[in-house]
Amino acid sequence: MSRITLLTLQVLVAVVAIAIWHFATTVPVFGRLLLPPFFFSNPFDVAERIYKWFYTGSVWRHLWITLAESTLAFVIGSLGGALVGFWFARRPIVAAVFDPYVKMMNALPRVVLAPIFALWLGLGIWSKVALGFTLVFFVVFFNVYQGVKEVSPTILANARMLGMNERQLMRNVYWPSALSWMFSSLHTSVGFAVVGAVVGEYLGSAAGLGYLIQQAEGVFDVAGVFAGMFVLSAFVIVIDVLVSMVERRLLVWRPTVGEARA
Amino acid sequence: MGEAAVAEKSGSINPASRAVGLNGVTIAFTVANGTYNAVEQASLSVADGEFVSIVGPTGCGKSTLLNAAAGLIAPAAGSVDVFGRTLTGLNHDAGYLFQSDALFPWKTAIDNVAIGLEIAGVDTAEAKRRAQEWLTRVGLGNFANRYPHMLSGGQRKRVGLAQVLIRDPKILLMDEPFGPLDAQTRQIMGNLLLDLWSADKKAVLFVTHDLEEAIALSDRVVIMSAGPASHIIGDWKVPIARPRDISEVKLEKGFHELHREIWNMLKAEVLKGYAQSGA
Ligand SMILES: Nc1ncnc2c1ncn2[C@@H]1O[C@H](COP(=O)(O)OP(=O)(O)O)[C@@H](O)[C@H]1O
Ligand SMILES: [Mg+2]
Repeated sequence: MSRITLLTLQVLVAVVAIAIWHFATTVPVFGRLLLPPFFFSNPFDVAERIYKWFYTGSVWRHLWITLAESTLAFVIGSLGGALVGFWFARRPIVAAVFDPYVKMMNALPRVVLAPIFALWLGLGIWSKVALGFTLVFFVVFFNVYQGVKEVSPTILANARMLGMNERQLMRNVYWPSALSWMFSSLHTSVGFAVVGAVVGEYLGSAAGLGYLIQQAEGVFDVAGVFAGMFVLSAFVIVIDVLVSMVERRLLVWRPTVGEARA
Repeated sequence: MGEAAVAEKSGSINPASRAVGLNGVTIAFTVANGTYNAVEQASLSVADGEFVSIVGPTGCGKSTLLNAAAGLIAPAAGSVDVFGRTLTGLNHDAGYLFQSDALFPWKTAIDNVAIGLEIAGVDTAEAKRRAQEWLTRVGLGNFANRYPHMLSGGQRKRVGLAQVLIRDPKILLMDEPFGPLDAQTRQIMGNLLLDLWSADKKAVLFVTHDLEEAIALSDRVVIMSAGPASHIIGDWKVPIARPRDISEVKLEKGFHELHREIWNMLKAEVLKGYAQSGA
């Protein structure tokens, strides 16, 4: 399928979905609407709301806050996860001691931490960053741990035969391997950073996309809720595209699935 | 030939000029039901500048023996000496071309070759310059910026060869380096190897399962018995003059006679090997 055809079909899906939504919420069938506008709003109201947000510029502040929280959660979570993952992988005893606690904390649904973080860190951005951190940290931690553990024994033996000492092994073998695993989970960890920020905002804050949605919900402003969801989706897609670009740059040395060799 | 030849051969190399010596080496692996002696009482000498091939049935312990010579595995009994000194850790005089892919996948060809110099303290620009020279020497001058996955199997082996040789090791250990390559590429690689080797004769310990390749390349061919408890059971000098061309060496008078003689012994071991691994 050519790029143009694919794009056309993708756009077509959106057009059809919006058309159905519009039809069901505005055109009566046998005297009644299929979807009550009170619960489902309609495409024009939502579009108008989004337009107004951007026209008046009121949405930028919320986007900016969510972006800042996500970025901080991602950066701090990645750094922490990478360092601890690396440390555990190189010190099996430490890993063995902490193993049950790591599993326990990872099993905990992070949402329950949101009120605690709000108590500890207030309703500002840091409670959201903390929530995102707990999500990102484990993704990166497990990947880096695996990356260091799974270095091919042949490559390791080769490095040692080439004369690398422990420090050079770290730099030239363990780190690149760990980073490649970390980068391959970039989409997941960035996604989690956004989830942490938005859920945190939703559960208690004064700004951000999650706050916007939560506010609209509080007054049964369904158009506002839908508008918030659309802006959030667009936000996530833009970030995802950026991540893909970064990924292509960082993982040039990796075969793409199609060209992988035996 | 056989045991007598082994004894005579090992004795004939003066220990001082001997690059690698395996003295009654036994290598034991811990397995589920105790220990498994992959190699037992194996003795072999490689003189400085000598090209020795090890041939044996698959799974007999060729890689294991090479790992012992590299210092990657410590023998359970016996010893390894390198230029007269008993080996205790890694063999720093040796370069090792591994059987499976060992290039750093996250480094380009040129960085893979340069790394051996960089870690030894050579500055980056100089290391790269020499790496480029080596890539050209192995016929990959235009592939410097490719990552390993963008190279063919044969090209990766060339990069591996350059990676090892740039450090100018006194001993070269090679484990079925041309194993996965097609026949033509093997010949080209074989000739390339002989060219590089003849420039400054290193001691080479070359593992292969291909007897023709072993004879074509080597000064000496040794045969390992089928495992377990594999050891060296035959040792032949190759009486073919150098320089050689791999594709023509098979037409030499001595080649077929020697091939038949060695194959008679090897065949029995290969069959034993099949019988054991099948059981
Ligand atoms: N780490 C290991 N643990 C247990 N057995 C091993 C190990 N490595 C090799 N072996 C066994 O030792 C024997 C020799 O292996 P290897 O040296 O790789 O053979 P090859 O001659 O094909 O290179 C084989 O039977 C193999 O199964
Ligand atoms: Mg092998």
